[in-house]
Amino acid sequence: MSEQLQHDEQAHPGVGTYLTVAGVLTVITLVEVGIFYVPAFQGWLAPVLLTLSATKFVLVVGFYMHLKTDHHLFRVIFTVPLLIAVAVMVALLFLFGVVAL
Amino acid sequence: MASSAPADAMRLRSRIWSWVTTTDHKRIGILYGVSAFAFFLVGGLEALIMRLQLASSDNSVVSAETFNELFTMHGTTMVFLAVMPLSAAFFNFVVPLQIGARDVAFPRLNAFSYWVFLLGGLFMNVSFLVGAAPNAGWFGYANLTSTQFSPGLHVDFWAIGLQVLGIASIAAGINFIVTIVNLRAPGMRLMRMPVFTWMTLVTQFIVVTAFPVITAALVFLMFDRTFGTNFYVVAAGGDVLLWQHLFWLFGHPEVYILILPAMGIVSEVVPTFSRKPLFGYAVVVYSGLLIAILGWGVWAHHMFQVGLGPIADSVFAATTMLIAIPTGVKIFNWIATMWGGKLNFTTAMLFSVGFIAMFIIGGLSGVMHASPPADLQQTDTYFVVAHFHYVLVGGAVLGLFSGIYYWWPKVFGRMLSESIGKWHFWLTMIGANLTFFPMHFIGLLGMPRRIYTYDAALGLDTMNLVATLGAFTMALGTLVFVGNVLWTWRKGEAAAANPWDGAMLEWAIPSPPPAYNFSVTPTVKSRLPLWSEDGYEPKPLPEDPPEPIHLPDGSYWPPVTAVGIIVAAAGLLTGSLWVALVGIGVLVVGIYAWALEPFEV
Amino acid sequence: MTHAEATHQTSTGLDSRKIGMWVFIGSECLMFGSLISTYLVYHGKSVAGPTTREILNIPLTSISTFVLLMSSLAMVLALAAVTRNDIVWSRVWLATTAFLGLVFLGFQAFEFTTFVREGLTLQVSLFGSTFFVLTGTHGAHVAVGVLWLVSLLVRSFQGKLGAEKALNVELAGLYWHFVDVVWIVIFTVVYLLQ
Repeated sequence: MSEQLQHDEQAHPGVGTYLTVAGVLTVITLVEVGIFYVPAFQGWLAPVLLTLSATKFVLVVGFYMHLKTDHHLFRVIFTVPLLIAVAVMVALLFLFGVVAL
Repeated sequence: MASSAPADAMRLRSRIWSWVTTTDHKRIGILYGVSAFAFFLVGGLEALIMRLQLASSDNSVVSAETFNELFTMHGTTMVFLAVMPLSAAFFNFVVPLQIGARDVAFPRLNAFSYWVFLLGGLFMNVSFLVGAAPNAGWFGYANLTSTQFSPGLHVDFWAIGLQVLGIASIAAGINFIVTIVNLRAPGMRLMRMPVFTWMTLVTQFIVVTAFPVITAALVFLMFDRTFGTNFYVVAAGGDVLLWQHLFWLFGHPEVYILILPAMGIVSEVVPTFSRKPLFGYAVVVYSGLLIAILGWGVWAHHMFQVGLGPIADSVFAATTMLIAIPTGVKIFNWIATMWGGKLNFTTAMLFSVGFIAMFIIGGLSGVMHASPPADLQQTDTYFVVAHFHYVLVGGAVLGLFSGIYYWWPKVFGRMLSESIGKWHFWLTMIGANLTFFPMHFIGLLGMPRRIYTYDAALGLDTMNLVATLGAFTMALGTLVFVGNVLWTWRKGEAAAANPWDGAMLEWAIPSPPPAYNFSVTPTVKSRLPLWSEDGYEPKPLPEDPPEPIHLPDGSYWPPVTAVGIIVAAAGLLTGSLWVALVGIGVLVVGIYAWALEPFEV
Repeated sequence: MTHAEATHQTSTGLDSRKIGMWVFIGSECLMFGSLISTYLVYHGKSVAGPTTREILNIPLTSISTFVLLMSSLAMVLALAAVTRNDIVWSRVWLATTAFLGLVFLGFQAFEFTTFVREGLTLQVSLFGSTFFVLTGTHGAHVAVGVLWLVSLLVRSFQGKLGAEKALNVELAGLYWHFVDVVWIVIFTVVYLLQ
């Protein structure tokens, strides 16, 4: 095994981190589903759920896909298209009148 | 020793076979170039027939239906089967040499991209043989493309064919991004890379982000046509504008895909024949990057006439005018490069200078379109046709020809004839202006696009005739080019390693290059390796590699996998589940065999 | 040339295949982004057929979402196992990931057939078209992932998936996690924000 891979392993999170992340993901999912059923939250549904799922997104990408600990090049390669996709989505929502200023 | 006929035949078969299984970027580049040029001729023929039809009013060379097929296939062919693959020919041959690499990052994926492109292009053109050539425009607006308004296989050939071509492009995009990011020779920092390589990197980034959008749009179209979904079905609440948005979200970045490589070529040719480094290298690079990002923000300027509303119109007008800045800045850089330089007007240089002149004109009409009120009059008229042909023919095509003349000696080891080349240039330049300049006027005087004939009362006969004569002049120029190639194939002067005294690494190795490219991987110390005292080392590169270099033998799984894809496509086209499954089966077998074969890069 | 040499000779010091996979994932962001945008743009505009409120089964989909999330855990544990050359556990976790993926697909199949029976088809409305194409495309990606994982498992049983091949597992993992992450978005946008 090369030094390169060994270096990666020193940087990669351990099993404990993975399990913790899994736990957090589970909790967030439970919260999401719970919020969905609570009438009091209906008005806040969109921002809260989007924030929670964005958190899950970042956790999986950051820890399971190792973006947090890997070379920053990968972060650039992933983030730029992601930002373009989000920008396009938002633009289309405006253009089709789904959201308004 | 007398050779026997069977042995000769076997040698010929294995020589041909070696081209089918090749994974060598230089050979793949040649394959792309030859195929793209063949499609260019096909697209050109389609144009000539159209121009014959439009040469006079109330003409009847072809029917309206045929005319629809002609303008659809002309556009589709020129964009996807000629200009893009011709650019790919240069990405393939030149980029690894410019960065000091032995090959691209994924040689078999590279071969795969070529075969998928070729089969996709043939697939689309087979439609002519069955009387079902695509006929709804190269942009296939919904819901003209629905089964209700486009019965038959025309649009299916188009939609499926484009999907196939998209696979080739995205695969190549990934390949070249990784190649440029990861396989540069030591010392070749990003800001030391030749501008052509930079523009290639930027173009591939646009490819991998924009093509998925048209993939989605085409998937929706195919589902509507094949499975009765409602993506573009108004009666079900669908919005035909969804197609336009998705198409132009792809379509606008696509025009940068078409022009940036040619701009990269011009950025190599002009400094070489001005004997001066490119003026403002960093500005040229950054403006390329800026174009790639800003290019995502302008798409709806193709839709000013659909009623987007004043806010959307204004936003897109502003972004479109903004993108003129990085696009136009390069013009100043090229001119400043020539200023005070020792100019040598070789054919390559003529084509590049021609590019600059034509692109200025095309850019000006483009900026005119950026204003929604002005565009309301210009859109869907020949004024737009004039604009994009100035940038695509005057720009991309001239730029690509410049590259052909520039790198031909390196690729084939022979010089093209400069005197024949000058005829080629002037015929093309004069022809292009004769063809497309009148179209500005024809358009503003009211002639719409995509009509197969027009009334004599419009008074546009003369200008249309001039345009037609121009088109045939261009065709003559292209024939002259073919003549140049044929004439010099055997009789042309042998090319030295650096016939133009160019500055980049590709000129440090023999013409044509040995299979391994560089006998040793150079260490690069300058942005202009061959023009700098200590530009690279070892200088000169050893004639023979000090230790044997292993090169891959090639593989037949890339073409096999490509065949699987096209067979699956044929199954989808004909609605035959069996054929589709056979295709998928071949595809899966191809992928596994590819993954498991021992292939050392 | 060994894998190690290949990595060392690159400009970034990183393996080309890993960079390639991330570029591919970037491109997939645009693909799924287009599909999700279309779903959102057409949301609530159907003129026929069952609505989201009538037909979406949140409890069931929450379970399948959880299954897919756990499959990501299994995947990353598989990578960790391969990296430390723990052949037995690498096979266990690879098999678990594939199994959970299949379970997710099973839930999808059940959901699809139920929906069709209840009147939501591809053709009946905008919701039908956008829902099935979006989730179907995602499901197809999961299926490809399962095939990939099973192939890796077979390689392992052939003794060809030791620590020196960890990158192969990492690449499959990147793909798998991305497919999971797309589902996180779909679950929120389609199911919870109905």
